[in-house]
Amino acid sequence: MVTQSPTLGGPTALAPRPVISPRRDAFRRLRRNRLALMGGVIVVILLVIAVFGPALAPWHYRVQDLEALRANGNRPLPPLSPGHLLGTDQLGRDLFSRLLDGAQISMSVAIVVQLVVLAIGVPIGAAAGWFGGRLDNYLMRFTDVVYAFPDLLFIILLSVVFQATPIGEAMDGLLLIFIAIGLTAWVTMARLVRGQVLSLKESEFVEAARAIGVSDRKIVTRHLLPNAIGPVIVAVTLGIPSAILAEATLSFIGIGIQSPRASWGSLIDDGSRWIQSEPHLVIFPSLALAIALASYTFLGDGLRDALDPKLRSRQ
Amino acid sequence: MTGYVIRRLLWIIPVLFAISLITFVLMHAVPGGPWDREKPLPRSVVERLNAEYGLSDPLPVQYLRWAGSLLTGDLGPSYRYRDRTVNDIVGDGLATTVQLGVMAFALAVIIGIPLGMIAALRHNGLPDYAATLISIAGIGTPSFVLAMLLVVVFSVTLRWLPTHGWEGPSSYILPTVALAGYPIAQIARYTRASMLEVTRKDYIRTAHSKGLRERTVVAVHMTRNALIPVLTILGPILAYLVTGSFIVELIFSIPGIGRYYVSGIGERDYGLIMAMTMLYAVAIAVINLVVDILYAYVDPRIRYS
Repeated sequence: MVTQSPTLGGPTALAPRPVISPRRDAFRRLRRNRLALMGGVIVVILLVIAVFGPALAPWHYRVQDLEALRANGNRPLPPLSPGHLLGTDQLGRDLFSRLLDGAQISMSVAIVVQLVVLAIGVPIGAAAGWFGGRLDNYLMRFTDVVYAFPDLLFIILLSVVFQATPIGEAMDGLLLIFIAIGLTAWVTMARLVRGQVLSLKESEFVEAARAIGVSDRKIVTRHLLPNAIGPVIVAVTLGIPSAILAEATLSFIGIGIQSPRASWGSLIDDGSRWIQSEPHLVIFPSLALAIALASYTFLGDGLRDALDPKLRSRQ
Repeated sequence: MTGYVIRRLLWIIPVLFAISLITFVLMHAVPGGPWDREKPLPRSVVERLNAEYGLSDPLPVQYLRWAGSLLTGDLGPSYRYRDRTVNDIVGDGLATTVQLGVMAFALAVIIGIPLGMIAALRHNGLPDYAATLISIAGIGTPSFVLAMLLVVVFSVTLRWLPTHGWEGPSSYILPTVALAGYPIAQIARYTRASMLEVTRKDYIRTAHSKGLRERTVVAVHMTRNALIPVLTILGPILAYLVTGSFIVELIFSIPGIGRYYVSGIGERDYGLIMAMTMLYAVAIAVINLVVDILYAYVDPRIRYS
């Protein structure tokens, strides 16, 4: 598209196109996509909340304000109560503070699960694509098996199996959530990286690099992976909402995060028992979850469009 | 093509074998057993039960026995519902789960595709924003949240529809919508993106410049090409409906099979866990195969060998 020159009309020389680096071009297109931009901004805000929120929270997530609770006839405080912006649960714990702590849980699931996915998926995919042959065959057959596993059921099974072990009890159950979700989610990444490596392996610049005697390892780390990074970033971003959703589902059915710590999913579960009289206990955590899920999804969509070379510099 | 399908079908067998083996090992690694009760049973009773069900045999023997009876179509006993076999339980609930899944899938396609198309055709217009809003809501609202909201609004407040159960069409509505919400959003999102992509193609410009009516261009040239990529996400969406239905079944007390999965794991009901995993794995394998075949069928550029 870029090189097509509209020379139909007369002798005027083509004005030289300003040079735009691919990264800048991608960033420019991302900025033009309002929905993705909004998603990106919210993601940044969520990450900031996840890091600083619990420290700045007005209450500790497990502290019960029994006085206020008693004053209210032992019923959950409604939103906009003095000292409790979003009210409290039936034990007098501040909902706003628990949501902030929940943000930390959701965002750490978002990031750590993707790190597990990268740590398993990229080496397996890159090795399968680069070496090919029998190794490729074995690795991909293994990937097929994991891919065919009904993932949510596998996550539940893993969670129950290891619940009572030190791994299951570490970090209020968070570590097990990271591992269980990560162990099922890397498959897509491995397939993606393999496909990328396979197509890049045949490209001319790799051939050129090989011709001047660059070592295999350098070709993979310096030429292949940097060129495959775009789709990987998109896959990571779009993998995040699935991981957040899986954690919320797990905690909603009561086998994820361990009480008294609460993620958004377990807050929704707790609140569901009070949904008719105290709907705020379900509505606020659901809103938090919805905002996080939608933001990552639309940021991922925007990144995919921005990093797609086919769409570069469209007028 | 036939060769490809046969090879894919044959490949399902070792995959299922691996999945069953992994599940079997993990399942028996769970501490406790199917006879755990609030009040522990006497040792002698547990031993007698273990002997009766063959649970005191070495694990490989137990696995082989399970696999052997599976080949004859026998899913074995349920350890918790002792008067029923797993075949009975699956036989009772499977039709309901499939019905729920199929209805949710149909709803997702019927609403999602037109929604995405309208959004793309009125790009940056009011319908586009409305469709985007629905997508955001659908993606952000997990089935269990949607289920609760629907119950509060339509059952508790308006009293139009039952809060739970699976008796008659009026009780089908809420669970189906709760399960379909997320797929509707995903299908709409992909359809919109795919339609927008197609709008820029040369053949669409050609069709316009030939003087074809807008309706013809959309119906004949755009829709058919735009829906091909949408097919690829139908596989994951069906898989989501298969494995995700259990939570909707739990919330609405629907007598399907999904609700047995979580309870089966909690109660160490080995027979039930194995049966559920295999059932879901087979369903997902078949769905993936059908979608791949369909893909080659509608897109002549794709050839499997």
